[in-house]
Amino acid sequence: MTDKAEHTLPDYRDLPPDVAERMAQIKKRDYVLKIDHVTKEFVQKRSRVKALDDIEFGVHRRELVCVVGPSGCGKSTLIRILAGLEDPTSGHILMDGKSVHGPGADRGMVFQKYTLFPWLDVCQNVMFGIEMAGVSRLEAQRQALQWLQMIGLEQFAKAYPHQLSGGMQQRVAIARALAASPRVLLMDESFSALDAQTRTKMQNYLMEIWRKIDITIVFITHDLDEAIYLADRILVLKPNPGRVEEVIEVPLSRPRRAEQMTSDEFLATKAHLEELIRSFGVPDENAEDEDVKIDLPLLTLVTDKVE
Amino acid sequence: MHSFRASWRLYGRTDRVSRQIFGVLAVLLPLLIWSSVSYLPFVWHPQIMITDPGGEEYLEAGMRMNKSDFARAVKEMQDQHQAVPKGVASNPVYLPSPGQVLKAFVNAFTSTASVGAEHSILQAFWHSIRIIFWGFLISSVIGVPLGVFCGAIPALSRLLEPFVDFFRYLPAPAFGALAVAILGIYDAPKIAIIVIGTLFQQVLVIANTTRQLDFSLVEASRTLGAKGFRLLFRVVIPGILPDLYKDQRILLGWAWTYLIVAELIGTSSGITWFITQQARYQHFDNVFAAIALIGVVGLGTDIVLGLLGRKLFTWKRENG
Ligand SMILES: Nc1ncnc2c1ncn2[C@@H]1O[C@H](COP(=O)(O)OP(=O)(O)O)[C@@H](O)[C@H]1O
Ligand SMILES: [Mg+2]
Repeated sequence: MTDKAEHTLPDYRDLPPDVAERMAQIKKRDYVLKIDHVTKEFVQKRSRVKALDDIEFGVHRRELVCVVGPSGCGKSTLIRILAGLEDPTSGHILMDGKSVHGPGADRGMVFQKYTLFPWLDVCQNVMFGIEMAGVSRLEAQRQALQWLQMIGLEQFAKAYPHQLSGGMQQRVAIARALAASPRVLLMDESFSALDAQTRTKMQNYLMEIWRKIDITIVFITHDLDEAIYLADRILVLKPNPGRVEEVIEVPLSRPRRAEQMTSDEFLATKAHLEELIRSFGVPDENAEDEDVKIDLPLLTLVTDKVE
Repeated sequence: MHSFRASWRLYGRTDRVSRQIFGVLAVLLPLLIWSSVSYLPFVWHPQIMITDPGGEEYLEAGMRMNKSDFARAVKEMQDQHQAVPKGVASNPVYLPSPGQVLKAFVNAFTSTASVGAEHSILQAFWHSIRIIFWGFLISSVIGVPLGVFCGAIPALSRLLEPFVDFFRYLPAPAFGALAVAILGIYDAPKIAIIVIGTLFQQVLVIANTTRQLDFSLVEASRTLGAKGFRLLFRVVIPGILPDLYKDQRILLGWAWTYLIVAELIGTSSGITWFITQQARYQHFDNVFAAIALIGVVGLGTDIVLGLLGRKLFTWKRENG
């Protein structure tokens, strides 16, 4: 115990040599997705909410970027703008250097809500995006089955979404998004509705898939562990209005393993992120319930104390 | 038994057996009440049907009169030492017994002879069904696509819906005379009334159903590259289909209510005309047989459509 207390964590900015080398390599690659001075204002009846203020950020090819920040800081707004589901008030989104408007198959998305088409079976769901690209039915089916094999759900090809667990549904949603062969996969708290065990599994699935195919991932989460575990770089947003506070290069080598979550680098990064988010003053969703003081009179016999 | 009792609790759980018991009771109880009123003289039977007029001149066999009037007639004859009239307790003519109605009902299918001055029940009913079919078909061919477009395209919704809403409040019967003037006196104006009565509701109801589609499914499909007609036919329509089907079932009921108006304009026809005619002749067994026929066919189609819907849209049922 005393050992640990004396033990000081390393600076999170000190990248181990292999990570530094990888980072340098990533940075040499082109930007797949560029957020160019994006501002978003929501105008409601009387009030104006500035959700995002002059966001400037680029995602390199085959990079895995996580976006974190307290709730309400504009994470969802940002990713919806990237997906083209929302238009920025000013600024542009550039895909491979070209400005894009509206949603398109080049930017796949996995939502927090389960959004599989309930009237299609698993295979048909995965086929959807492939068919939208004009591929014939038979070929689409062949590709879809390959995808199902990749996520280990080929025996569920004929099952309907409501027959699957939440984790399986999100796996199919990932396969469905990837099957449309997008350049970028956007994920908005896609695992946050899952239980802790399933979530860890899904994180590993995601990185496994990401290793195998040429895809760039932008992953939104409010779970700091998840962000550090997954990301090459973490984009920290500050609320009111949403601004880029810091971009952190995660000092963990790849491939990632669960053991790394107790490493000094991991803890140092997490401590720094927690400190940052605390400094924003907005209580984080997780911290929120810790702060609540319960003022409840004793409603039981004192003799059967539980602690 | 436990589940039977639980069925009476707020949101209580039921099992298959008690559901079936309730289903059977739902048919049996009204029949039982009707039978007891018809066959047990002490339950109601407020009138006397004369079997033998006796000495009273104004009486006739088969006539019905109130019990007090009959007692007075009997007393009068007794005082005059003439033959007293005889009769049996009976219900008013407008409440025939289940047996009589059943006979009329069976007759409708077996005898080819026309009942009264008009067509047989079946002929009349068949005519009504044809009117409904064409009216509802024409209304749906226009109303369903228009409703879906209004629900999915905001501009169309803003442009069309006030106009449709305005027409919805104009009572369809008011167009009767106009329809006859334009379309003649036979079936065309009747079909037109059904169309007018159904179409405007249909557009609004289906537009609303279309708007209820889970928008995140639309967004998901957009990020998969769907747009335009592909989006409409691959996402919007399959997504709303179960609700659209349910709407159509309800709207079909609407069409039936407009049938009454439709059949009384121009040359009267169909089941409505049959019922009013038979009621005028006081053939209430035929009236009830016709009502039963409408009810049975209506209930039957609804059950069939309901089962078909459950079969077609399993995914919707499972999703609650
Ligand atoms: N459609 C909208 N209309 C008005 N305000 C919105 C809308 N969407 C988001 N906002 C506002 O923008 C801010 C950022 O929201 P959001 O992007 O959902 O945050 P996060 O996903 O980080 O929790 C919030 O203050 C929210 O109230
Ligand atoms: Mg969000």
